[in-house]
Amino acid sequence: MEWSVSDIWIVLAGSLSAASCALLGCYLVLKKMSMMGDAISHAVLPGLAVAFLVAGTRDSFTMFVGAAIAGVFTAAVTQWIHSFGKVDEGSSMGVVFTTLFAIGLILIVRAADSVDLDPGCVLYGTIELVPLDIRSIFGVNIPAAVIKLSAVLLINIAFILIFYKELKISTFDPALSTTLGINARLMHYLLMTLVAMTTVASFESVGSILVVAMLIVPAATAHLITDRLSVLLLLSGVFAVASSFLGHLAAVVAPTWFGFDGVSTSTAGMMAVVSGCFFLVAVLVSPRYGVISRMIHQLSLSLRIVREDVLGLLYRVEEPGRADPRKASTLLREVVQGGAIKRWLAVRSLRKAGKIVGQNGNYQLTPSGRGEAIDLIRSHRLWESYLAEKLSVSPDSVHEPAERMEHFLTEELREHIAADMEQEARDPHGKEIPSRHR
Amino acid sequence: MQHDAVSQAVEEGADVSEAQLSDSPLAVRDLTVAYGRKPVLWDVEFAVPRGKLVGILGPNGAGKSTMLKAVQQLIPVASGRVLVFGKPYRTQRNIVGYVPQREAVDWDFPVSALDVVAMGRYAKIGWFRPVTRKHKTAAFEALERVGMGDYAHRQISQLSGGQQQRVFLARALSQDAELYLMDEPFVGVDAATERAIIHILQDLRSAGKTVLVVHHDLQTVEDYFDHVILLNMRVVSVGPTKEVFTSENLQKTYGGRLTLLDQAIHAAAGSGRSA
Repeated sequence: MEWSVSDIWIVLAGSLSAASCALLGCYLVLKKMSMMGDAISHAVLPGLAVAFLVAGTRDSFTMFVGAAIAGVFTAAVTQWIHSFGKVDEGSSMGVVFTTLFAIGLILIVRAADSVDLDPGCVLYGTIELVPLDIRSIFGVNIPAAVIKLSAVLLINIAFILIFYKELKISTFDPALSTTLGINARLMHYLLMTLVAMTTVASFESVGSILVVAMLIVPAATAHLITDRLSVLLLLSGVFAVASSFLGHLAAVVAPTWFGFDGVSTSTAGMMAVVSGCFFLVAVLVSPRYGVISRMIHQLSLSLRIVREDVLGLLYRVEEPGRADPRKASTLLREVVQGGAIKRWLAVRSLRKAGKIVGQNGNYQLTPSGRGEAIDLIRSHRLWESYLAEKLSVSPDSVHEPAERMEHFLTEELREHIAADMEQEARDPHGKEIPSRHR
Repeated sequence: MQHDAVSQAVEEGADVSEAQLSDSPLAVRDLTVAYGRKPVLWDVEFAVPRGKLVGILGPNGAGKSTMLKAVQQLIPVASGRVLVFGKPYRTQRNIVGYVPQREAVDWDFPVSALDVVAMGRYAKIGWFRPVTRKHKTAAFEALERVGMGDYAHRQISQLSGGQQQRVFLARALSQDAELYLMDEPFVGVDAATERAIIHILQDLRSAGKTVLVVHHDLQTVEDYFDHVILLNMRVVSVGPTKEVFTSENLQKTYGGRLTLLDQAIHAAAGSGRSA
């Protein structure tokens, strides 16, 4: 596709509103109040309607005031029902915002029917129309929505920079915050006011559904990836902007994949889809909680076990009186568990690391490989001795547990056990326990 | 009932003259807290002397945590006056350090141990100003005092329960307060951490600080605390541990739930303090 000026304005408006939402969303997610964004973004509707009915105008400032009041009102009533009605926070939010939303719809339909306050627009937004409403600033033509959303983003950034530490403590530990003179409730309502303001400013361009997505998804995604607050804020902004850019791109391009030429789908909708995809990827690759990182962890653990089993086998083969005419590779196939691929990988990495040498399946331990093997065999036989001597386990059944334990005994624990044993030289099967090599 | 509580408090030496009041790190008068119509704390009165470790004891639901919160105006009270060194709490906030229960916060929060400890300095730093190097150093020293210097940059969810509790304690230390209020600092920590914490509390006492601790383990009360407050909605008894920690008072405090406490009672009775 070719990017026109309109496309740039659309992406810019989307980015500004998404980033504004995402920054505040970080605090909502950390407060475990993600749904507060949902609640406020619906509940501002009656605020808008009443502001219009009272002031008789639809200018931005009036709308902001109406929305801010409605937002704080929602937060306050939710809190009130929660603490006095003994209703949990989620339910109390649900009651408040659905009621307010319904009142808002009725007000709009009944009283303001004649004016351009369309519930549909509020839900889906009209980001595609952003480039049509142009204002001139210093001789430059800029869409009104972009000007408005820039102001909102600046206010949100300023708020977070100025109150960075106050927001941090009042979100993390409201009680301590209040005892230190930083009133957590005040900070909460300030935040909610900004959420309401941002929500309203974003409605026209991206719609309330996308606002809800942008308040939660980028922040939740970033939370999976980082454990530093400053990085969390930054990343959520990056995800928000990227969703907006890729969302618009997808909205224009995706229909052609399915053979709909010259049609484009909803940019706002695609933005939400893209940010959902980011979240999905984060769930998969997140270093701490991710599915893939857990798989990699498990894989590397099982590979380590196979490597150690190979070393252990070679050590046993090289022990005096244990000469086996068969090739090492044949023995490996018989003894070492874990499958051919892992065995192959293990042997390859051991050779690369200089732990074993040899050609055509006749492997031998190098000195460094031998050292590692001694640690392992020592762990194995010490554990067998320990089980037999201290826990009176029959010598027949000590091998299996030692086979597992040998991979997890630390040197410290090993020597601890050794110091505690009476029979330190030989294991219950009469085999020599190799002594410490370093 | 209500009269009994007060008169008993008087007998135990809790109700004191105005002169002594202004000297006490924490004097509570007529504190009543209710959730709806159900009172949680009723007419609580006591004053603690300076430079002591004070244990707050009582059965579950006795209002121990509620009392610490009410004292700091974290929850609405029906009535009551709280004086810190003779002045209203509101004006004395900066010299009161608070250690909430460990479950009170979300340990997945994206902050490091050092960040959490630095929060103790926020009142000194003041609104809007960033955390400067000077305050970070102070926070780090507090972490080292609790033996957690090596963990300063760990995200807090990667700490064990005992380590988390030490971080909370370090945060209180970094507040540099005169009066400390601690909500169950020994719950869910290992024996080594419990010893480390009690040593730090004893250091604080040596430095002339006053520490109030909500506590559960009756076995250790006599070892740990100079003073105790026995609480069950109202103050059952308050005073020096030797005089107040008796089987009779424990009976009154814990009521029918004594089976669990038999051992402690016997311990108290065995040492000849049975009333």
